[in-house]
Amino acid sequence: MEQALHYLNVGTAMFLLVGMALLLGRLLSGPTLYDRILAVNSFGTKTVLFLCVFSLIIGRQDGVDIGILYALMNFIATIAVLKFFRYSALDVSMNYKRGNRGGRDRS
Amino acid sequence: MGGITPTLFLDMGLLAMLVVVAMAVVRLRSLFAIVMLQGVYSLLSAAWFVSLDAVDVAFTEAAVGAGISTVLMLGAMLLTEREAKPVPLQKQLGPLFVVCIVGLAMFYAVGDMPAFGDALSPANSYVGADYIAATKNEIILPNVVTAVLASYRSFDTFGEVVVVYMAGLGILLLLGLNGNAGKWRAKPNGQNVGDKKGEQS
Repeated sequence: MEQALHYLNVGTAMFLLVGMALLLGRLLSGPTLYDRILAVNSFGTKTVLFLCVFSLIIGRQDGVDIGILYALMNFIATIAVLKFFRYSALDVSMNYKRGNRGGRDRS
Repeated sequence: MGGITPTLFLDMGLLAMLVVVAMAVVRLRSLFAIVMLQGVYSLLSAAWFVSLDAVDVAFTEAAVGAGISTVLMLGAMLLTEREAKPVPLQKQLGPLFVVCIVGLAMFYAVGDMPAFGDALSPANSYVGADYIAATKNEIILPNVVTAVLASYRSFDTFGEVVVVYMAGLGILLLLGLNGNAGKWRAKPNGQNVGDKKGEQS
């Protein structure tokens, strides 16, 4: 049973790696910027999952801590990138309205 | 040690992706994609550090590489173009020569490196053995590296933290992440100085 669980974890990690490779392909070839942003975001999620599974494989709990830190960092980086493309600046507050551009955030 | 374990395959997969990302960073022209790829590079290398049991290094890599440096690179991109200009081939030959020499020197040095986890390697033999022996009694922390960094050399670490903080603050001020990028102004004697567009008043 223990052995079977171990192999299950290893298999999961392998498949996560395959998923990461596929996302890498999308990241490299992505026609638009939003493909790339989406690819990076899901790549971060895959890394978090990989770290959790890997900490199960090697029997240490530290990987889960790093996974949590990664989830937070990934969120911050995505917000920064999206703000950069919306406003070309990083210091704009989230409810900033800029004239007609985009139009969707005019309430 | 040795033998083919499942983690070896996982390590190989991670390292292969690291190589692919590094090549793409060199080849791509879109600076934005390069910034994204650098974030991915740091994610991958931190996962690899975890698999090498260097958990605290992975922690630092996660915080600095994936978080801060992506934001810093984006702030730097605000000041430049979105695309890198291609470098002519003649200008690439000199750097290629230097890289080849350094790479050969590194391959030459690999033979002298101790095996991974070697108990008789210099890093594990002299002071390292004392730390490993004494940490368990003197400092109640399971991780020897954490004990060395945060307790034995805590003043050193504190100094490093201060230096890194100052450096980050300086970079933030230089890049103008407060929204003043490229349009700083000053008013000595009531005159506008340094306005990029030359607007008066």
